[in-house]
Amino acid sequence: MARITAGVASSHVPAIGAAIDLGKTDQPYWQPVFKDYEFVKEWIKNEKPDVIFLVYNDHASAFDMNFIPTFAIGCAPEFKPADEGWGARPVPTVKGHPQLAAHITQSLIQDNFDLTVIHKMDVDHGLTVPLSLVFGQVEEWPCLIIPFAVNVVLYPPPSGQRCYDLGKALRKAVESFPEDLNVQVWGTGGMSHQLQGPRAGLINQAFDNDFLDRIVDKADELATIPHIDYVREAGSEGIELVMWLIMRGALNDKVELKHRFYHVPASNTAVGHLVLENKSI
Amino acid sequence: MTRLAKPYDDIPGTTIFDPEMAFKGYYLNQFAISLMKAENREKFKANERAYLDEWDMTEEQKQAVLARDYNWMMRLGGNVYFLAKIFSTDGLSFQVAAASMTGMTQEDYAQMMLDGGRKPEGNRYKQEQDNG
Repeated sequence: MARITAGVASSHVPAIGAAIDLGKTDQPYWQPVFKDYEFVKEWIKNEKPDVIFLVYNDHASAFDMNFIPTFAIGCAPEFKPADEGWGARPVPTVKGHPQLAAHITQSLIQDNFDLTVIHKMDVDHGLTVPLSLVFGQVEEWPCLIIPFAVNVVLYPPPSGQRCYDLGKALRKAVESFPEDLNVQVWGTGGMSHQLQGPRAGLINQAFDNDFLDRIVDKADELATIPHIDYVREAGSEGIELVMWLIMRGALNDKVELKHRFYHVPASNTAVGHLVLENKSI
Repeated sequence: MTRLAKPYDDIPGTTIFDPEMAFKGYYLNQFAISLMKAENREKFKANERAYLDEWDMTEEQKQAVLARDYNWMMRLGGNVYFLAKIFSTDGLSFQVAAASMTGMTQEDYAQMMLDGGRKPEGNRYKQEQDNG
């Protein structure tokens, strides 16, 4: 049977992708971030996931104003990196797992999570920057990836509670897939940041660190945070943090914190990163 | 008919891209996302006004784009992730674009971020700023 073994949370700042692509990772500005991600790079070599269920948001790349799905699952065999205005990132094409994606789709919809099903989609920095951070510059991504896009561009995004509950239903869906697969769930985006208006540059280190504290063993409390608190406290784009709750909901109630990192700034954004393993009981 | 509450209206310096704004900014945002295609970027760079005139945008929206005034564009329904295709076409980073929205110089903005970012204190409610 397929099983979820671990979760990774990571910001997906586009400037981090640019730093990797342009060979700037040794610059003093970027060193603290890339030095820290050495942990997860080593960790994942031992974990060897077969599939990553990667929760991210599209940044007006695949979805224009015509269609803005709240939850969209990528069911295609492959997804190309998007051209976001300066040419596509020089990263490998993402290979999907259509059979597992179809299984998850059926299970989640029957559990009352009404997903949008995607068969052709380019994936932007929201998905590819975390992959680059964890796997580095590679010819091929070393595992299959199911993109799961959450709307956080058009207000309101789904609530934290909805995301957390979806994560729990995701766990059930994965565990009922007959093939023996090691599945990880990644939650990306955040932490506090605001990219727009005169308040741009907002960072709330107290909010972020409280979030990092509680997502380990008090995620049910975090799930009750209303949208307005994210926007007011963590910036208009800080609301991306609801996506971390899908990752956390998909893990066991008890997890082991393997790694934690927090750093300000990466461009306009506070970088947060966690590695969580399901406790074997 | 009751309008839904917009509890975010009292946050200073922030435009929330809700469905009303999305309706207002439909063509502005569709123009912006068209710049994801290299051939459209070339057309836009060759003659900005002519390329804008291909879109059913208001004259004010076109003026805001020509002025590269991102706060103005957002008041007219632009969303920052769509508008990002414009400053990417200009070869500018998110940080440079964000700085331009704050009224700070790029250097001061970058330094503020290095110093830990804009503090939430005094930036949660419009009222705090009116008093302060």
